[in-house]
Amino acid sequence: MVRQAVRRRAVLAAGLAAPFVARAQGAAKVVVVGGGFAGATAARALAQAGHQVTMIEGDARYVSCPFSNPVLAGLRTLDEQQFGWEKVTAAGVTLTQARAAGVDTAARRVLLEGSAVPYDRLVLAPGVDMRLGTDPGALPGYDQAATVPMPHAWKAGLQTVLLQEQLRAMPDGGTVIMAVPANPYRCPPGPYERASLIAWYLKTNKPRSKLLVLDAKDVFSKQKLFQAAWAALYPGILEWVSLSDGGKVVSVDPAAMTVATDFGSHKGDVVNVIPPQRAGAIAQAAGVADRSGWCPVDPVTFESSRIAGIHVIGDAAIMGAMPKSAFAANAQAKVCAAAITALLAGRKPEEPRLINTCYSLVAPRYGISVAGVYRPKDGQLTDIEGAGGTSALDAGADVRAQEADYADVWYRTITGSVFG
Amino acid sequence: MLLGAAGPPGAESCTGCHVKGGGVGLLLGRPAADTVREMESFRSGQRPATLMNRIVKGFTPNEVVDLAQWFAKQ
Repeated sequence: MVRQAVRRRAVLAAGLAAPFVARAQGAAKVVVVGGGFAGATAARALAQAGHQVTMIEGDARYVSCPFSNPVLAGLRTLDEQQFGWEKVTAAGVTLTQARAAGVDTAARRVLLEGSAVPYDRLVLAPGVDMRLGTDPGALPGYDQAATVPMPHAWKAGLQTVLLQEQLRAMPDGGTVIMAVPANPYRCPPGPYERASLIAWYLKTNKPRSKLLVLDAKDVFSKQKLFQAAWAALYPGILEWVSLSDGGKVVSVDPAAMTVATDFGSHKGDVVNVIPPQRAGAIAQAAGVADRSGWCPVDPVTFESSRIAGIHVIGDAAIMGAMPKSAFAANAQAKVCAAAITALLAGRKPEEPRLINTCYSLVAPRYGISVAGVYRPKDGQLTDIEGAGGTSALDAGADVRAQEADYADVWYRTITGSVFG
Repeated sequence: MLLGAAGPPGAESCTGCHVKGGGVGLLLGRPAADTVREMESFRSGQRPATLMNRIVKGFTPNEVVDLAQWFAKQ
């Protein structure tokens, strides 16, 4: 009793709100929506910190996007991309297999079909949704039905299989088209890794074929490294068309298998449309997404700048300079869990330092990377100058092979940490 | 595998790759002096690296010491 009173005074003196210490006795209820790299990491870290954690996830299994590009090229199987949550529940997390339909932010409850889950703190980690059909940000012609003849494969699973099968079925001499969106979207270098590995697949199996990459941007992640590799490995196969050169796709016609730019129409035997994206539907329903479709957050706690008590991590959030990657999501989740633990205890969360590391494969034994180190500044996560950057342009084959190995090690480590 | 007590700023990101039994450079339980020496040789370029030379520059030498000491205890 005395200790509690002392603690309360200390907390009030620190200028923090009283409700955190006035909370009912027992472990705090923290609900996590989403079981991907961000959500599952946060759920485990929060359970380990002693909170009562419920993770709400609609899918039966998680299919990892990192390393799904090698699946398209036949270098891996989709089985190697699939993970369950058995170890997450063994770590003390209660898994509720359901779709979160909404959030009653006043009563602090996540709404499921026919029931509700109360929370003291809520973590939303819904990842991205593709903008399709009537979504105002959608590419005209690209609706749910169009994702079968023209798969996006930007969420791994059935979409990955569709695109892989279409690439396999295409005769030698065919044309593959990729439509690449403007920023921001999940995994900035992902389209270029995909282009590289599709080009590798064509060169190896169907050398008379072409890959046309139509881009809504002039600059992209690891650009010099990718372009140097393309010139060396895939001349005559891979053609990248920038925004300035008329590369922006403005509409698609799945019946005709054509994509249109402002300058003309291109017909493909295989068409991969990576559409514009936004934060997952629950973020929109909860009201934490802004007009951009993404969720602004505090860079120390990842608490929504729109609704108190809700934290957003991973691809759904606007993280300033920090890109939408699995490495970033995993790091943010651990920082967010620590911040929530501090807030629930009435302590001030420590200012975080975050790292991102992202590998891309341009061929099976050829890896490149980009890294960044970030700190909160002016309400955003900003790059620490002088740190980070990309692999050396003049590195030899031994370094490229080493980075390909590290990419593989990273994938096994992260999936082992999160799901294993 | 997640780690227990909260570490110094940045530790949550280091464990994206450096975990017990992980396939990259040993960090957990490693003597702090060894980690600091290696990180500073990455910073100076004295020791070649693919990635850590870029990451260490996001931390001051004192921050590296704090992280190394914390990881030594894990």
